[in-house]
Amino acid sequence: MKIVYFAWLRERVGVPEEVIALPENVRTVGEVITHLSGLGENYAYAFERPSVIRAALDRKHVPLETPLGEARELALFPPMTGG
Amino acid sequence: MSPTVDVPSIVVRLQDGVIDVTAETRFLSEGRGDVGAIVTFTGLCRDEKGTLSGLELEHFPGMAEAEIARIAGEAAGRWPLLGIVAIHRYGLVAPGEVIVLVAVASSHRQAAFAGAEFIMDFLKSRAPFWKKEHRADGREGQWVDAKDSDEAALSRW
Repeated sequence: MKIVYFAWLRERVGVPEEVIALPENVRTVGEVITHLSGLGENYAYAFERPSVIRAALDRKHVPLETPLGEARELALFPPMTGG
Repeated sequence: MSPTVDVPSIVVRLQDGVIDVTAETRFLSEGRGDVGAIVTFTGLCRDEKGTLSGLELEHFPGMAEAEIARIAGEAAGRWPLLGIVAIHRYGLVAPGEVIVLVAVASSHRQAAFAGAEFIMDFLKSRAPFWKKEHRADGREGQWVDAKDSDEAALSRW
């Protein structure tokens, strides 16, 4: 699955986007975050406070318990600070 | 552009250069006689007592425009609005420059005030933008933290 990161999440992970092969049992956005946290120190640091992470599936905001379904792209980012 | 009053003209744009507030706002009333009120909100970059040389605005291309358009469309469904202009900067913004312009036109002021405030409240917490400070002393700046009060502001709508 294509995963894109923004702001300090992007800096901590170290790449703006990547394609990650997800295990079968990873079905929700929150489970992706848990899976990513185990991929290395940079991921563990990026996702150390999973509850603050915001997500968008195919560019629509979704809660973390949302199933991935047929989505092609998952965006993970901190709370937004525009305006 | 449709001439019917129940379909307001909505302009949403992201740009990396200075926003011309006067020109963008003029669009809302030019060539028409039905606009009786325009409420304009401009959000500016602060220098935080001289400690910042600017703010870097990161955004999610595609989704940022779509979210602002969705929020503007929602405002148009709630109030009798005649036009909406919403323009947001990305890239490096200097102190004193406009980061965001939201201008809303209607026949009477109540709808324009409410529409502009609604759009700004949702834009702050739902449009995918993130601010990073650029420090005047050259040291690495911080990402700006989201305020709980911004999220709380949404519940009144």
